[in-house]
Amino acid sequence: MSAEPIILAQDLTKHYRVALKEESLLATLRHFLLRQYRTVKAVEGVSFQIARGEVVGFLGPNGAGKTTTLKMLTGLIHPTRGQAVVAGHIPWRREKAFLKKITLVMGNKQQLIWDLPALDTFRLNAAIYDIPEGEFRKRVSELSEMLSLTNKLHQPVRKLSLGERMKAELLAALLHRPEVLFLDEPTLGLDVNAQVAVREFIREYNRRYGATVLLTSHYMADIAALAERVLVIHQGRLLYDGPLAGLLERFAPYREVGLTLAQPLPREAFLAFGEVRDLEGLKARLLVPREKLTERVAEILKRLPVEDLEVREAPLEEVIARVYKIAPSGLSETPALEEA
Amino acid sequence: MRKAKTLLAVYLAYMLEYRAELFLWALAGALPLILLGVWTEAAQSGAFPLNPGEFARYFLMVFLVRQATVVWVVWEFERDVVEGRLSFRLLRPLDPFFEHLAAHVAERLARLPFVVLLTLLFFWLFPEARFVPEPGPFLLGLLFTLLAFLLRYLMQYTTAMLTFWSERATAVEEVFFLLYLFLSGTIAPLEVFPEPLRNLALLTPFPYLVYLPAALLAGQKVDLFPGVWAMLFWGVAFLLLWRLLWRMGLRHYSGQGA
Repeated sequence: MSAEPIILAQDLTKHYRVALKEESLLATLRHFLLRQYRTVKAVEGVSFQIARGEVVGFLGPNGAGKTTTLKMLTGLIHPTRGQAVVAGHIPWRREKAFLKKITLVMGNKQQLIWDLPALDTFRLNAAIYDIPEGEFRKRVSELSEMLSLTNKLHQPVRKLSLGERMKAELLAALLHRPEVLFLDEPTLGLDVNAQVAVREFIREYNRRYGATVLLTSHYMADIAALAERVLVIHQGRLLYDGPLAGLLERFAPYREVGLTLAQPLPREAFLAFGEVRDLEGLKARLLVPREKLTERVAEILKRLPVEDLEVREAPLEEVIARVYKIAPSGLSETPALEEA
Repeated sequence: MRKAKTLLAVYLAYMLEYRAELFLWALAGALPLILLGVWTEAAQSGAFPLNPGEFARYFLMVFLVRQATVVWVVWEFERDVVEGRLSFRLLRPLDPFFEHLAAHVAERLARLPFVVLLTLLFFWLFPEARFVPEPGPFLLGLLFTLLAFLLRYLMQYTTAMLTFWSERATAVEEVFFLLYLFLSGTIAPLEVFPEPLRNLALLTPFPYLVYLPAALLAGQKVDLFPGVWAMLFWGVAFLLLWRLLWRMGLRHYSGQGA
């Protein structure tokens, strides 16, 4: 790890002006002349540094400002205020040398050409990034092997499963061997096997090429598997920057216990075991402090007519909401366009 | 060079996935062939500067020029912005202008067989349109068809830049298209325009998009100058405007939904 940080963000701030307008030719023309806006504060004074080769998790509920921050660091948008230096460049100048050093993968967007085999998109990218033919073949075979995707490259993208498509997206995004990877929800919507495969790949890629990774996710599991260091952002502000272990102490002192009952019970019946998040018919969802989990689960099994019991990680939104005393429903209303 | 070749090859493969649409598109461009029927009929009266055969040839060439210069980049660009796909294009070290241009050129190649087919059908229906072109003006016509395509692409790409401010740049393009339809010579050759209207039209970029190349290809007598200067003027004007709007637009672009 070199001393110079490869990603530097200082007081990064983005306020969107969102236009209010209707859709018609007349309104469009009028819109050119006279516009009305409201301001949305998507990111507010965020500062951090990331060293070369680090894998950092970027956590936060929907609309917290994760994607907006990534867009500023990749140069897609200009910040309202603040500075950033990524791989020695100011991102929003979008110099070619900069673009060749970074990549951005968005779990909810795709760059692959839908009706053609993934290999065609790779070929296109190879030409655009000036990757020589021999090198291109070598990289495709290497990466497709790492992703176990070798026999899928000739199928049209639309025929691939969601997991395979994500892997192909990763391959397309890494063909030019970027130094800095910005991954925005790379496991979004994938089944557990595919999630694990993508995680494994990212870890291996980081190990093999020493690439720096900044990864956002809703899922604690993603972050736990990959990142030692975590940034937590909420309502545009950085709440936590430090080791994952510390975060778990502070942010996830709860587990969620899901119950399926033999017969319906009133809310009061659960109060002794934890906080009732949800109760409907034979299904119940409780939040239980982590240190009391074993004890409480034993109690539940002993005293309630339980047919099935499942212990899950508490949803991040609820955990942050509890720590910061905000209603979870309030979180989803956090104004930000980014994850629309 | 390799960049251009690969872009063309990949987009050609892409366009060939849409053969059926391409055929319909080519067919939808048959408006000049309908107008041809109308004008050759009208020309029987002898009240026009062109005879029925000349009208037939002109409209055939209008058909071919339009097939060779179809541009849809404003719709493509608008979709990119609305759906957030522009972000991917911006992350690549290649201006999206060239990627879209490659897609257009590839589409042209994929469309060619249908155009040839329609032309043969046309010759069969209108034997008076058959002629042997003189190589000089014909080659010049081909060159001007290429220039017309580039100018139209540049004009529409510049219009597409408005997407950065209003997600309905296509509405502006529709207005442009109306002017295009009347002033480019698509509906009637400029020879039949009243003198003042013709002079006015020749100051706009539109006649150089259809009329000039079509008339050259059809072997009509046309003055290249000062039209070439007007074409050059508009080309440079739109080039500068494109660069300006692109730079301003990028600053403004907030990556909605990207």
